[in-house]
Amino acid sequence: MSNISEDRDFELDSNRIRRHFPLINNRKIAYLDNGATTQKPMQVLEAVNNYYEKNNANPFRGVYELSVDATDAYEKARARVAEFIGAKTEEIVFTRNASESINLVAYSLGINGIKEGDEIVVSIAEHHSNFLPWLQVAKRTGAKVVFWECDEEGNFDIATLKNLVNEKTKLVAITQVSNVIGRINDVKSYAKVARSVGAKILVDGAQSVPHMPVNVKDLDCDYLVFSGHKMLSPMGIGVLYGKLELLEEMDPFLYGGEMIETVTRNGATYAEVPHKFEAGTVNVGDAVGLEAAIDYIDTIGFDTIMRRERALTQYAFELIKDINGIEIIGSQDANEHEGIITFRVNGVHPHDVASIFDTKGVAVRAGHHCAQPLLQHLYDLKDEKPTGGISTTRASISFYNNVEDIERFAKALSEIRGEMGYE
Amino acid sequence: MSNRTFYNEVLTDHNIHPENKFKIKDFTFEKEGVNPSCGDDIVLQIKYEDGVIADAAFIGEGCAISQASADIMTSLVKGKTKEEALRLSDIFLRMIKGEASEDEIAELEEGSALEDISHMPARVKCAVLGWRTLNEILKDA
Repeated sequence: MSNISEDRDFELDSNRIRRHFPLINNRKIAYLDNGATTQKPMQVLEAVNNYYEKNNANPFRGVYELSVDATDAYEKARARVAEFIGAKTEEIVFTRNASESINLVAYSLGINGIKEGDEIVVSIAEHHSNFLPWLQVAKRTGAKVVFWECDEEGNFDIATLKNLVNEKTKLVAITQVSNVIGRINDVKSYAKVARSVGAKILVDGAQSVPHMPVNVKDLDCDYLVFSGHKMLSPMGIGVLYGKLELLEEMDPFLYGGEMIETVTRNGATYAEVPHKFEAGTVNVGDAVGLEAAIDYIDTIGFDTIMRRERALTQYAFELIKDINGIEIIGSQDANEHEGIITFRVNGVHPHDVASIFDTKGVAVRAGHHCAQPLLQHLYDLKDEKPTGGISTTRASISFYNNVEDIERFAKALSEIRGEMGYE
Repeated sequence: MSNRTFYNEVLTDHNIHPENKFKIKDFTFEKEGVNPSCGDDIVLQIKYEDGVIADAAFIGEGCAISQASADIMTSLVKGKTKEEALRLSDIFLRMIKGEASEDEIAELEEGSALEDISHMPARVKCAVLGWRTLNEILKDA
């Protein structure tokens, strides 16, 4: 295996990429919380700034040229997102984030689509945002949430899914990459299983779309959601992809301006998809930012992004595998972790772990990663009750991390138990 | 960010080898203290006799800061009157805000090992959990 610590080309690549990220240069930290949110390259910051300096007005409203420019900027961003994931432009609904995208679908299907007695299959590995909305739908409609459980390493067995789905199943909700386990789920196959019983599939792409090519036509999924801020864009812009015929059938989620055609005292007719889901003044500036982020990702290239993230993940595994008292969640094989390394340090509470990392200039996430059912399930499988609850610590890598970031992380990790008074 | 490591020996020792982490059989008052966002959870018990905290102990789970601070607190308030204990609590809470004098901090004995938490805003709630729970329990006393 190649050792990237002595790879001159890797270092040059790192330096070239890192120059694009002002925060990385302003704060001398090893930022390894990319699963929570990424830093933003100047290309994105400049695009947002440029929009506000040259094109900002309330889109869709004004007849003057500036408003038309704002509208064009917004729709151009939508078209770029569509192209990026292989969708039609009108199949892209802008939201605030992946959570809002899921809530939109859940709310709409909860009003019109899912009924008493129906079933919703939800994987145990879901982020709370792809679990709690379905639980609400179930509570309000009388439908039932059915859990699809994974094994100790986070593998989902398709045979289990085949047993779980039936003619009552209306939806399968699953993440493409778990924010805790970090392995890729074969959602394309799951989509076929869902379809075989007439159910729809919603794929949470929050941890996959930023890191690998994702094509909705290839996956043949019904819905795909992701957040801009986890893929180099500003916070406050997210995406819902839905198959056009499904979006057309769905009721609006939010009511107000922009999403209407005609309003009378008694009601309204609603705008075409996707506008009927975008009530109120939309977030053009951050949509433009998302477009710039996609352009940036294309410039770097997913081949480079994936090669770098995998090499950094492997290097991290290599450096930490022999550290005493470390337990890695999920597979013990670095190749099964898309930049996400979740772990426990024996005897040390994750908040202490993260605080010690912080004093050493390494930013990692501690807690339950909004995936309490998953962490509980993994401990139930092992039949153990960990001291300090189910919390863990997570390092999540992006292509703009470098060898030094990983080495700082590994060195800090090797010192933690000692600092906490263990041998 | 700073290079200061506030996990000093006093703190780690009270975390790994707590002196007062047990249940009191004949306790007078009991109160649970929780930090919902991070999961720190303690149950504090005191035995209150003739206006004095005759014994104090806790059980619970959480980070080293919350557990060590609760352990140090229970040691400190043992044998103290309600007023004396409340005074120590007040000093501790002000120390964490960076508002206590050196003389006052000295009164906290090993509690002063947590002084540096004032530089870690994210961990303040862990350090004060035991003391906050003590204030609650003393309302009943």
